[in-house]
Amino acid sequence: MKKAWMPLAALIAAGTAAQAEEVRVYNWSDYIDESLLAKFEDETGIDLIYDVFDSNEVLETKMLAGSSGYDVVVPTGSFLQRQIQAGVFQKLDYDKLPNAVNLWDVIKERTAKYDPGNEYSINYMWGTTGLGVNVEKVRQALGEDAPIDSLDLIFKPENMEKLASCGVMFLDAPTEVIPAALKFLGEDPDSKDPDVIAKVEGVLMPVRPYISKFHSSEYINALANGDICVAFGWSGDILQARDRAAEADNGITIAYNAPKEGALMWFDQMAIPADAPNPDGALKFLNFMMDPQNMAAASNYVYYANGNKASQQYLNEDVIGDPAIYPSAETMKNLYTFTPYDPKVQRIVTRLWTKIKSGT
Amino acid sequence: MNLRRLLLIAIPYLWLLGLFLVPFLIVLKISLSDTAVAIPPYTPTLDLSGGWASIKEFFGQLDFENFIWLTQDELYWRSYLSSLQIAAVSTFITLLVGYPVAYGMAQSPDEWRPTLMMLVILPFWTSFLIRVYAWIGILANEGFLNQFLLWTGIIDMPLQIMNTTTAVYIGIVYTYLPFMILPIYATLEKMDGALIEAAEDLGCSRLSAFWLVTLPLSRPGIIAGCFLVFIPVIGEFVIPSLLGGSRTLMIGKVLWEEFFSNRDWPVASAVAVVLLILLIVPIVLFQRNQQRQQEASQ
Repeated sequence: MKKAWMPLAALIAAGTAAQAEEVRVYNWSDYIDESLLAKFEDETGIDLIYDVFDSNEVLETKMLAGSSGYDVVVPTGSFLQRQIQAGVFQKLDYDKLPNAVNLWDVIKERTAKYDPGNEYSINYMWGTTGLGVNVEKVRQALGEDAPIDSLDLIFKPENMEKLASCGVMFLDAPTEVIPAALKFLGEDPDSKDPDVIAKVEGVLMPVRPYISKFHSSEYINALANGDICVAFGWSGDILQARDRAAEADNGITIAYNAPKEGALMWFDQMAIPADAPNPDGALKFLNFMMDPQNMAAASNYVYYANGNKASQQYLNEDVIGDPAIYPSAETMKNLYTFTPYDPKVQRIVTRLWTKIKSGT
Repeated sequence: MNLRRLLLIAIPYLWLLGLFLVPFLIVLKISLSDTAVAIPPYTPTLDLSGGWASIKEFFGQLDFENFIWLTQDELYWRSYLSSLQIAAVSTFITLLVGYPVAYGMAQSPDEWRPTLMMLVILPFWTSFLIRVYAWIGILANEGFLNQFLLWTGIIDMPLQIMNTTTAVYIGIVYTYLPFMILPIYATLEKMDGALIEAAEDLGCSRLSAFWLVTLPLSRPGIIAGCFLVFIPVIGEFVIPSLLGGSRTLMIGKVLWEEFFSNRDWPVASAVAVVLLILLIVPIVLFQRNQQRQQEASQ
């Protein structure tokens, strides 16, 4: 009996030995220039397996379940912070990341709020959350002086009532919408006080009947096709919608504006799970992505700003020169960041969010 | 001989034990623990290496807090009720649409029947997800339906169907229709045509013959079809999340939210346990009905 199994065991052993080195990356959907993936494989000889997700919640659930099998994942700052607490990630070995010198200290300073000393993560992309509008349709509904760069557009019922017929979508992410509503009220957007957070209901409930859907990726296509005229979403996604509409040449003009009252700034961070099967390969991938030309290629493709100072010389003019992507120094001052809720407040927030979404 | 019989019976029981009971017990265990910032995100986790003492401690820490939480927030019972309502209404619509189709199939000439049967089953060859996505293309504001209606001049503003409960009903009825048609067709096809002739000879109009003979005889098919639609629709998640708006309240979505947005595995598990208990009632009824039918046919 034992003998019969020997050849099989040998075969399995040989199979695993002969297998090429692999790195498994789990990143957001529509978030990289795919030619970079082939380039990484050519340069290192490592097989790259690239999967995508479209919400932090899905990523976090996989991470917390453990043994995800991924070597590199890309959570947003506020989620990263909590995941670090849960022991999801391993510290980065900066000796193996020589390209880390290219990182931009302005961004590093801000990401240190989530990951002190940037010990666990490096910045991939960052952006703002704001208003995507179909300029023509919104002007039709609200007149020439429509407040397309102000939170008034989406939080004032009299505006939303007129916009409802052409369609409005919001991100399905309480951590994006609640801070904006607090900003609109003049409160601290990063407030963790349940009484302050509760005030959001008074802003969102009156406009709720005019919101057609809460979703975190559908608005890209919906904006580009003209199914909706306003989206409260992520900067780069809206800029992708703008480009898709331009490519389709369907007469739709999409514009992105960070609200003038102040916009939420977020950071997507590359990190290595503690149980990554191939942490060395993961470090090679991180180092590859921090190469200025590679990072610039990624930004040129997805229209998001990155945290790599050295890459800026390689960026296309319509990326580095677009204040919707790289805001002016003055706008930067107006941007705010957000830190995670503790579990008790989180439950109140999710409950509030369900209440707002279901409109009851 | 006895051993062989035992083995034969053991296989389905082991199957149920391994693939149903054990996972259920795991879910039940999670539903009795507390959330934590950890991997996995709940405590207490059972540590068998600690021996009897740790098992005792494990049971000592369990409590029913999460189930009590479900009763305190109206969201949950409203979602359960809303799921039941959506399931009941869509089962009824599916029956209304499915019965005439099955009847027509059973009445059609013998040589057509295999083709008609194929046409009913054909949609299964495409992924369920893709078929639901196709409905987005049809129902959207700029979708085929609205464009067609605008073109014909029946409406001058696009109808808002997408992201409403109406779209959910359309999706559910479309998806589950074959599950209603097939069992009804099976009973109608077996029916003896002479019975109708006899009824008509005895003075029944065609309509009353249908009402007094055909319909009662097809009852087993109707019941089977209704259960096959009703039970899975209660827990449906994909259709309401793709076609429905945020106002469509269904327990499948609430469960998703507890699990993913709240990271609250214990409450999510409690929701799942209650859902299972709710589903056991119609499943048992269905089982009884099947048994009775089997006995009747013997």
